[in-house]
Amino acid sequence: MMRRFPIGGYIALLVAVAAMVLPLVWMLLASFKGQTEIYSLPIQWLPSSFAPTNYSDALGVVPFGAFFVNSAITTVVGAGIKIILGLMTAYALVFIEVPFKKVFFAIVIFALLVPQQIVIIPNYTLVASLGWLNTYQGIIVPGLASAFGTFLFRQHFLSLPPSVLEAAALDGAGHLRRLWAFVVPMSTPTIAAVALVSVVTEWNEYLWPLLVVDRPNMMTLPIGLTLLQNTDGITNWGVLMAGTVLVTLPILIVFFVMQRKIVAGLTAGAVTG
Amino acid sequence: MTSTATRPAAGETSGQAETGPGARPGTVPPAKRNVPDPAERARARKLQSRRTQARNWLLFVLLAGPNIALLIAFTYKPLLQSFYYSTLQWNIGSQRAINVGFRNYTDWLTDSTTPQVIGVTVVFTLATVGGGMVIGLGLALLLNQKLKLRGPARTIIVAPYVLSGVAVGLLWLFVFDPNFGIVAAVLGAIGLPSPAWYNDPQWALVMVIIVQLWKNVGYIALIYLAGLQAIQADVLEAAALDGAGPVRTFRRIILPLLGPTSFFLSVTTLLSSLQSFDIIQAMTKGGPLEGTTTMMYEIYREGFVAGRAGYSSAVATILFVVLIIVTLVQLRFVERKVHYS
Repeated sequence: MMRRFPIGGYIALLVAVAAMVLPLVWMLLASFKGQTEIYSLPIQWLPSSFAPTNYSDALGVVPFGAFFVNSAITTVVGAGIKIILGLMTAYALVFIEVPFKKVFFAIVIFALLVPQQIVIIPNYTLVASLGWLNTYQGIIVPGLASAFGTFLFRQHFLSLPPSVLEAAALDGAGHLRRLWAFVVPMSTPTIAAVALVSVVTEWNEYLWPLLVVDRPNMMTLPIGLTLLQNTDGITNWGVLMAGTVLVTLPILIVFFVMQRKIVAGLTAGAVTG
Repeated sequence: MTSTATRPAAGETSGQAETGPGARPGTVPPAKRNVPDPAERARARKLQSRRTQARNWLLFVLLAGPNIALLIAFTYKPLLQSFYYSTLQWNIGSQRAINVGFRNYTDWLTDSTTPQVIGVTVVFTLATVGGGMVIGLGLALLLNQKLKLRGPARTIIVAPYVLSGVAVGLLWLFVFDPNFGIVAAVLGAIGLPSPAWYNDPQWALVMVIIVQLWKNVGYIALIYLAGLQAIQADVLEAAALDGAGPVRTFRRIILPLLGPTSFFLSVTTLLSSLQSFDIIQAMTKGGPLEGTTTMMYEIYREGFVAGRAGYSSAVATILFVVLIIVTLVQLRFVERKVHYS
């Protein structure tokens, strides 16, 4: 049977890809344009030069280096501890026999129903009373608990072959050793997927750090970026787009390098087979 | 995806996960309970000494304790506090608070801006959920065709989902610039004037809806694609042998088989749309004329811009109740409609 060349399919695919890519290209090109090139009609697509003037301006107006360090610290520490908490909790829920375990599992699951957005006022009040405003712990700790990660790890642990763990127990390996030497190595794909999704989420986190930080040198990238928006009356699009590139580029690179694992992490919660 | 065909049941049941209204319902395959010989279990339990029991408790608390303590401290306790704050007339950071009962609720319900806020929330949510599901499914069907380069295309379509909402909002603000943006240039090329995206409340709402869709539609397509790929080829072959055309196959076979996926997506995108904040804050700050103020945005603005913490907590409580109701309604709906997992 002759297969028709699916020309319609390719056109649709091209349109979809263009719709996703064009705004990003527009941002990248604008980040190299001077004021006169930005404010010119008809619009000028290509900048006259690729001199990084807007980038040096952005770095000069606001402490972008500090934003970057703050984002890196809160992301690595936040996502790292979250993964460890999730692994420990899921191990306890699956492999340690105690009465009322179901109650603890319910505490984890029902937390998924309570978005952090709903509880910002009490959490802000608590963090303020602890003197944690403008601190790393103030940014990190309230969002540290792992509910969804625990849920996914638990599902994965239930699918592990019990014989391996029974053998380890017979060899005298205690629970902690079984967790680190057997369960964790058998779960690396799941851990990597959950970890990468956590990293992306923490890096982009906006509302909570916006509330607890107002000193520029403690701001993370998404918060600091908006300082470029507000510096003066008229928007300096070139500088603002340069800042936007600086915020999006690291995560885009991570995404394209690790896309297989990130995609696995994103679909892990949804697919039931 | 990993196969879940054989799943050894551990000592506890996972009944909570299947029927509890978790934020990700429909994600747990029914656990098969193949309990070992009951007599053997009873004997084993008798052998377990009190000391092992205590040791197990200690270990359990050591491992699960920190996480559960954090959940209680930063999720459950503040949830209850939020209910309490909603009965206070209290400005954030202030020492004085007056108990006003349900005044904040009645104030919100009778406030002249409330119908507008509810309208914006409903339009924003329905447009982003409905539009997102339709476009996402279309993209998934496209990516499921045997086309060259569909792998890289999938990656590019998902990419906006991992970007910061603030960055996405700001870059689109420039795309929508009524004088110097791409949208104005494209409309100008076909002789249309650019809508006043920045100044007209209704166009501003359309603008934030488009941006929310652009950011999230790749994720929806990705989940639908996984659902499509899980449909067995022989089911589709049988349909083709029976003479079913592509439209009939889609309506009678593919769409029903995607039921659980659609359900999962409708819950998650609805919840995330109702909590959407970053894009609105970066693009419109709820304006112009409160044209893009959703309930979530009102919680932030009342609590942290106007400083009315009690009133903000009342709106937060109402939104929380809405979220719970939506989840429960969808769970009931899915119990009747979906039987394919």
